[in-house]
Amino acid sequence: MWEQQVAFWIIAVAMAGAAIGVVRANNVVHAALFLIVVFAGSAAQYILLLAEFVAWVQVLIYIGAIIVLFLFGVMLTRAPMREERGKLDNSQRLAAAVVALFLFGVLAVFLVDAFAGTELRFRDSMVEVGSAASVGESIFRQFVIPFEVVSMLLLAALVGAVALARRD
Amino acid sequence: MPINYFLILSAFLFCAGAYGVLARRNSVLVLMSVELMLNAVNINLIAFSAQAQDVAGQVFALFVITIAAAEVGIGLAIVLLIYRNLRSPDLDRVEQLKG
Repeated sequence: MWEQQVAFWIIAVAMAGAAIGVVRANNVVHAALFLIVVFAGSAAQYILLLAEFVAWVQVLIYIGAIIVLFLFGVMLTRAPMREERGKLDNSQRLAAAVVALFLFGVLAVFLVDAFAGTELRFRDSMVEVGSAASVGESIFRQFVIPFEVVSMLLLAALVGAVALARRD
Repeated sequence: MPINYFLILSAFLFCAGAYGVLARRNSVLVLMSVELMLNAVNINLIAFSAQAQDVAGQVFALFVITIAAAEVGIGLAIVLLIYRNLRSPDLDRVEQLKG
């Protein structure tokens, strides 16, 4: 089990550093690149948790599609590509840091209190649970109505995005 | 391996995202911070799915990923509209509704 822990800590430290980078970077494109590190790190964590299919969906959708959308957004709003010290943040940085630290403190205390003795035990049978076959079967049997609702939501979002961004 | 490792990591990412939403002025960066928070939720869902040995958590993570994609599409359309009307992507310039 120790290999898993070592892998977890390496990926977790990279993710935490990149998450700080996303919210503190002075360059919009750098923030997007830090975001790629966070998403790739989460995909690696899903692999550690034996959720193989979700990990690859994460790579395809988040790194493949959402980051590209963000880079298009950066391009279309003509965000400055050079360093812009202080212009990307507003004046509530201190208050925001206090709120975030307080939230993290409360969450950490409650999580440690609630799940202190809970161990994840990985068995060979769990590899099957995370496979595309098992996830697909669950979506199309148990969760078929939410699945259809989500597809309507995506259609509505598509039409809405076109309607909003269209120039008349 | 303790489930708390994953939960604390996820809480950290969520709080970093919350800081970004509150402290960023550029609207594209605010959307990126929202994505960070949604991603933190996914790590939680997958960790509990592994603990319960149930695939439902993974299915819900897939739904969250889909909704995040829809949210970014709409969000960037709105950002584009703000940029077109105000000639700036900064959120504190959006104040037409201020009394």
